[in-house]
Amino acid sequence: MKSYTDKIKEIAKRLLKEDKVDMVIGYRKGTVPLMHQPFFATSEGEVDSFVWDSNCGLNLANYITDRKERIGIVATGCNSRNIAVHVVEGKIQRDQLYIIGVPCQGMVDRHKLAAMAEGNIASVEEDEDKGTITISGQGFSKSVDKAEVLQENCSICVHRNPVLYDELVADEVTEQTREQADPYARVREIEAMSPDDKWAYFDDLLSDCIRCYACRNACPLCYCPQCFVDESNPQWVGKSVDPTDIRTFHLLRAYHCAGRCTDCGACVRSCPVGINVRDFTKKLEKDCLELYGWEAGLNTEQRPPLDTYKPEDPEDFIK
Amino acid sequence: MVNPYIPYPVRIDEIKTETEDKSLKTFKFVFLNPEDEEKFAYRAGQFAELSIPGLGEIPIGIASSPVEKGFVKFTIFKTGKVTSYLHSMKEGDIMGIRGPLGNWYPWDLLEGKNVVIIGGGFAFTTLRSSIIYMLDPENRKKFKDIHVIYGARSPGMLLYKEELEQWAARDDLNMHITVDGTDDPEWKHHTGFVPTITEQEAPAGTEDTYAIVCGPPVMIKFTQPVLDKLGYTDDRIIMSLENRMKCGIGMCGRCNIGKEFVCKDGPVFTLRQLNQTPKEY
Amino acid sequence: MKVIKIDKNEWASGLEKLRSAYELIGPVKEKFYHAFQSLESGQQPDMDYINTRVSPKYVIYPQSELILECSLNENDEDYKIYKEPEKEYTPKAILGIRPCDADSFSLVRRNFDTEEYKDPYWLRAYASTTFVGLACDQPCPTCFCSSAGSGPYSDNNLDILLADNGDHYLARVLTEKGKKLASAAGWSQEAGDEADQQIEQKKQEAESAIQSSVKTDKLASQSLLDLYDATNAIWEKEAFSCINCGTCTFVCPTCWCFDVQDEVAGKKGYRIRNWDSCMYPLFTMHASGHNPRGTKVDRLRQRFMHKLKYYVDKYENGIQCTGCGRCVQLCPVNIDIRRICNMLNSYDPESCTCEVTAS
Repeated sequence: MKSYTDKIKEIAKRLLKEDKVDMVIGYRKGTVPLMHQPFFATSEGEVDSFVWDSNCGLNLANYITDRKERIGIVATGCNSRNIAVHVVEGKIQRDQLYIIGVPCQGMVDRHKLAAMAEGNIASVEEDEDKGTITISGQGFSKSVDKAEVLQENCSICVHRNPVLYDELVADEVTEQTREQADPYARVREIEAMSPDDKWAYFDDLLSDCIRCYACRNACPLCYCPQCFVDESNPQWVGKSVDPTDIRTFHLLRAYHCAGRCTDCGACVRSCPVGINVRDFTKKLEKDCLELYGWEAGLNTEQRPPLDTYKPEDPEDFIK
Repeated sequence: MVNPYIPYPVRIDEIKTETEDKSLKTFKFVFLNPEDEEKFAYRAGQFAELSIPGLGEIPIGIASSPVEKGFVKFTIFKTGKVTSYLHSMKEGDIMGIRGPLGNWYPWDLLEGKNVVIIGGGFAFTTLRSSIIYMLDPENRKKFKDIHVIYGARSPGMLLYKEELEQWAARDDLNMHITVDGTDDPEWKHHTGFVPTITEQEAPAGTEDTYAIVCGPPVMIKFTQPVLDKLGYTDDRIIMSLENRMKCGIGMCGRCNIGKEFVCKDGPVFTLRQLNQTPKEY
Repeated sequence: MKVIKIDKNEWASGLEKLRSAYELIGPVKEKFYHAFQSLESGQQPDMDYINTRVSPKYVIYPQSELILECSLNENDEDYKIYKEPEKEYTPKAILGIRPCDADSFSLVRRNFDTEEYKDPYWLRAYASTTFVGLACDQPCPTCFCSSAGSGPYSDNNLDILLADNGDHYLARVLTEKGKKLASAAGWSQEAGDEADQQIEQKKQEAESAIQSSVKTDKLASQSLLDLYDATNAIWEKEAFSCINCGTCTFVCPTCWCFDVQDEVAGKKGYRIRNWDSCMYPLFTMHASGHNPRGTKVDRLRQRFMHKLKYYVDKYENGIQCTGCGRCVQLCPVNIDIRRICNMLNSYDPESCTCEVTAS
């Protein structure tokens, strides 16, 4: 993705040189394969560290919460939608931002690639023309279609192009239709389970959770000054690895994200034990679409549906 | 193996509300097992973990003095979950005390010296312990001049009021009580902030004179330059820190300032020691 | 030192014999990754594993552990008097633990076993555990054990060190505990004279396969406050991407910090300790709301200064890290301890610069 990288550097240099922004947030090359690092540049020299390819996994909207500077920020479809949510929720001003839009072709799933490798992955190469990813290490080298190893949220994404930007680094990419992507196939599978099977499924899903809160902290939506699990007076949730407390954390966190989650996948990507936390948030995303015709972060004006109340709302439980 | 996490069971023997806003209460505890009192041998400046079963523990400086026998006392400010609950407890209730923990004021070093105690607000607890210790007939002769400068927002916010008046009446102790302000025409002590009174009343910082300073951060911040001006070198300024603690025995990892644990290597440090650590307190 | 030969057939049958005397714990493949687990009857440890995501520290130091309990029933004589719960410390054997992970227990011991205080729970669990290590022939690209005081064939804190030699293991029995376990398993066949040499050769091959390293030679002589104050040169930039999750601390075999919480269930009170993390704001927050480490720069600095400077100065026994590489692999934002260690080691307070190298 050299052309993207070059364009990002060019724009970032220009913004800093012309004093349009105080800092530019992007990614620099990681010290290990598949892991680029969120990074900010405040000088033209630092801009040369910026990189773009299929390993820019974490959501940069996470880094602008309550910041006071003028910020240039690299943003894909989902990242731009989270920036929009931030603007709506007053966590950043739109005019503080210069959004460098990146039409996104998806991020690769490092868990999947690690599982495919016959040993430790020492390097990863991406061939844009062929659309392949080659992983290699001691005594092995393996090429796969990028489409096969995309993060699941990327493979079913229907908003690859930024919805909010000041400048694009390349022409827009073709979007998948919802029919092509079938984003809720997995949710339907879980919905179809019997209550007992569902219980067993979620029990198993969370069985490895170590309560490190990486999913919460990687999420741009989780900016509460104090999370409910951290409150001590009253203490809503116990702090040991009791299964009930773990379930309470995950279920409540998911509900707090309802109508706000853009399915960026940062939670899953950051989980050290590989829990697909998106099984919760995706269901709520589907409900928001079906019940309210709502998708999060498509504009900077409307508040999410569970955040508003109108006298003519059909439900009468609140009246 | 002695289990350092098990509190000694105690009974609340007496509860006294200290201040007009009722935010501070002094609890007098009696050990359920008399032999535990001996195990709890402490020195002025140490602290203990007060344990409420089912709720939690909090680290609190010991307000009673090693020369007072048969009980231990703590003065507690109502602020968090455990202290709020404590304030609702009754005489006769059972709870636990774990300790004594941490180091103490350097009594061996202070022998034969002048001692100036400077305290503000509700941090006066271990200073009470120290004053009672020094004034004990056995101990008073070990120290030269003793000055105490103690301030609170208003007369009603002073701790240990009866004892303060007794100390003020003594001739072997120079007591300087002050309040930030008062409209009481009967008020016969100082009015003004602790740093100002220190500048007026504290003796010069000779080689023989040590200052023990304990109070809110703002008081410490403005008292330090005064002591500096009076000639106190930073190894003769002794301070006691408070950081969040859990275990109290240097294991749980949160109260450190650099490589020192406030709970085990402290809470008492000289300013010289503190100048060599990160200011994470 | 005695080297014995254990045929892989005998390995499996030996483990079955051990079951009557030991709880066996070993690496097992779960979903995508390996984890240390208690092995059920007939279940074998998967000795071909790379390494586990979560370290085996939990075997000695569980993530949540009951430390005290009491009655909350007013009619009971011991109402509200906390006591040590009855716990059995039956012998355990951790099979196939990597040398880096085994070594971590000797580092952590310095925290839990001090002159003034002994942590009875950690020490009893440690004393009842036999460590059967598996030397590491295929180090990961993120491994830097050799430069962190350990190594792929290090026998620090092991009772037995196994070297995989095709159809059999060559086993160095290092301690009395190790002898006892080997004899209970019926592993007694002495390896030939060439065994020592074979192990030595494999050790050299493994060490040369380690691709990354840290420099630690100057850490002790650096000024603590200079490193602490290197905010612009090191901390602010390195902390930017940090999301203050606890992943690094939770997967780390040498992170020992904990929280103490009381819980109530029915008429009983429980005091529990849980792993905690210096990455969390709550870790140091006072009840008044004041927080001595209130920013993520403060918290990231605490983690690395603790491991690479405070520990070094306090114990004069190297860094608080065995080079297992878990935090490097699992940090969601690629904060790399090797890079930070090299920055601290090379920091020049005069010019406020450091050499920046990833590994």
